[in-house]
Amino acid sequence: MNERQPLLSVRKVETYYGKIVALRGVDVDVYPGEIVTLIGANGAGKSTLMMTICGSPQARAGQILYDGEDITATPTHEIMRKGIAQSPEGRRIFPRMTVMENLQMGASLVAAEHFDGDLKRIFELFPRLKERSSQRGGTLSGGEQQMLAIARALMSRPKLLLLDEPSLGLAPLIVKQIFEVIKELNRTDGLTVFLVEQNAFHALKLAHRGYVMVNGNITMSGTGAELLKREEVRAAYLEGGRH
Amino acid sequence: MAAGTPTAPTASNRPQGAQRALEERGDMPPAADHRTSMAGSLRDAATAAFLVFVLGFFFLGVRSDIAPGGLTLTFRWGLLAIAVAIVFGARLLLNIFVFRTARPLTQRMGGAISAQGRAFPNLGKWLGRALFAFAVILPFFFTYFFPGRERQYIDLAILIMTYIMLGWGLNIVVGLAGLLDLGYVAFYAVGAYSFALLAQHFEFIGFWTALPLAGLLAAFWGIILGFPVLRLRGDYLAIVTLAFGEIIRVVLLNWYEFTGGPDGISGIPKPTFFGLEFVRGEGGFADFFGIPFHNIHRFIYLYYIIFILAIITNLVTLRLRKMPVGRAWEALREDEIACRSLGINTTNTKLTAFALGAMFGGFAGSFFATRQGFISPESFTFLESAIILAIVVLGGLGSQIGVVISSIVMIGGIELLRNLGFLSQIFGPNFEPTQYRMLIFGIAMVLIMVWKPRGLVSTREPTAVLKEKKRIGADMVAQGEGH
Repeated sequence: MNERQPLLSVRKVETYYGKIVALRGVDVDVYPGEIVTLIGANGAGKSTLMMTICGSPQARAGQILYDGEDITATPTHEIMRKGIAQSPEGRRIFPRMTVMENLQMGASLVAAEHFDGDLKRIFELFPRLKERSSQRGGTLSGGEQQMLAIARALMSRPKLLLLDEPSLGLAPLIVKQIFEVIKELNRTDGLTVFLVEQNAFHALKLAHRGYVMVNGNITMSGTGAELLKREEVRAAYLEGGRH
Repeated sequence: MAAGTPTAPTASNRPQGAQRALEERGDMPPAADHRTSMAGSLRDAATAAFLVFVLGFFFLGVRSDIAPGGLTLTFRWGLLAIAVAIVFGARLLLNIFVFRTARPLTQRMGGAISAQGRAFPNLGKWLGRALFAFAVILPFFFTYFFPGRERQYIDLAILIMTYIMLGWGLNIVVGLAGLLDLGYVAFYAVGAYSFALLAQHFEFIGFWTALPLAGLLAAFWGIILGFPVLRLRGDYLAIVTLAFGEIIRVVLLNWYEFTGGPDGISGIPKPTFFGLEFVRGEGGFADFFGIPFHNIHRFIYLYYIIFILAIITNLVTLRLRKMPVGRAWEALREDEIACRSLGINTTNTKLTAFALGAMFGGFAGSFFATRQGFISPESFTFLESAIILAIVVLGGLGSQIGVVISSIVMIGGIELLRNLGFLSQIFGPNFEPTQYRMLIFGIAMVLIMVWKPRGLVSTREPTAVLKEKKRIGADMVAQGEGH
């Protein structure tokens, strides 16, 4: 895969919160059609990297290229119009709006003629959402809300899907379902996925390649299977943490 | 939930005190409970009455008057005793029926209110239609059934309609976009002064030419206000908008050469009916249509102007809610970060909300100017903003019919107080009910917030439904489904 141009390329990115350094020169490449996961402990800077890609906060040094274009200093809403969609950490669905309205919000930048077809596809992937289509977002269960967050992101017809901890606070069975859907989307639609996860075992099994982040640095990278075998990864993220 | 307490559907609507009492009671058997006992209630009421005595001693009991030789003290023990008695009685009744009972009265009343909403799911829709139909025929209704007093009633209807329009305008900003605006009256003032000043300086400008200009100018000021406050939310936004409202008023008050300062602007032209003025004699409205001249024609005409303006406001809002920009407003209210992550330009979304809300405020303002014929900064104080905001909040944020109901209740209620002549027979000839309007206002607000914390109409109509028809199999129909 590496002979192609990466769809998303993060180069020596440094991000600060005020004076506190959160990312210390991170390099990550995501090639088209890949599922890439970023694992790491709490506070390692995983979500910060995700947010930096989205331009909030913006990187203080380094470069972020999307499809060959420099998006380091582009405002968030313009980045999200270029074919990147994000399911943010903590899901952040619109609680008082119905499932349908949430999905419409996701599709607000897409030409209206795609809507019905896209909706059908989404409801095939998440039949539960169809049942709940007229229910308010806030009344859904945690797993359904996560599905809705992903579905909402997919309604914008992205080339690159960014997922921030989709397994957070969910039952193992639901996590499995959601990961199945991600795999399915990647296989049949060729969707490129960049997945930030604490659930290292599932994430690495799902992903083609993975990165390990410690304290704002990428310390290891390799294919998912390789990382799963690495002693350091097992010791730090898997033993005792496996579901 | 305490053991043995019937779980009412409105458990969350109960006031704090009842909640606490219930929780504390959960640990002990009801019989041994001192909190529900009569003695406890009496002791509590006595404590409250004592506090009133201490506080009221100098405020109510002793009064100093200026007398020839200095100050004289008059003692008003009767008044103090009445105050103490009222507090004692009210507190005792509250204790017995609300705070210290297993089944608080408020709980039952709250239950009754929300049960009503469940029993008539289309109540809002039908109420809206009924009110609309009544509003259409309102002037004729009053001229027919209340001859002689119709002018007063139509005037009141115009006033209520103005507040409905203002409420609907503010609802865009506060109810839909979730931006707390405490300075909405500024746009009302901009609209009013735009029309007044335009009419003063240019002969040819009448109400209908000035109306769009006033709306545009108000929208422009909405954007001016919007820019600096885009990054703010909640409390901080409220403070800045409050300041903005005051700045506009103070400028109007002090820029004497331009706005006339505290003297205001008078002689603002009345609206014409396609060029026909509502005057007696040759060329007037009545003359043209060959009907006898009557003062009331102008009021009826004014009523229909504000009615149509308000309906336009409502229709635009309802339409926009179903369009991407309206949906983006609501999404913005729910979660700004999620909005950005969906590629929504939050800056533009907020500005459109501010501009549109301001525009409708401006329309209402220029209507106000033409109706009064005279405007001064006094009409645009913070109290006006507060009343409009109260209408929106009490009606239920984002609810259009709620705004109508709370406007009628609040504005109509104040007017109603003027007509309660019989009260002065009870409380003595010096009793002036309108002096108590703020007190009644406050009590009404507290009561509504206790029973309906999210406003009178708290349900939100979804803007989109899945269009696909449910297909129901024959077996399901046999089981009683799908009828």
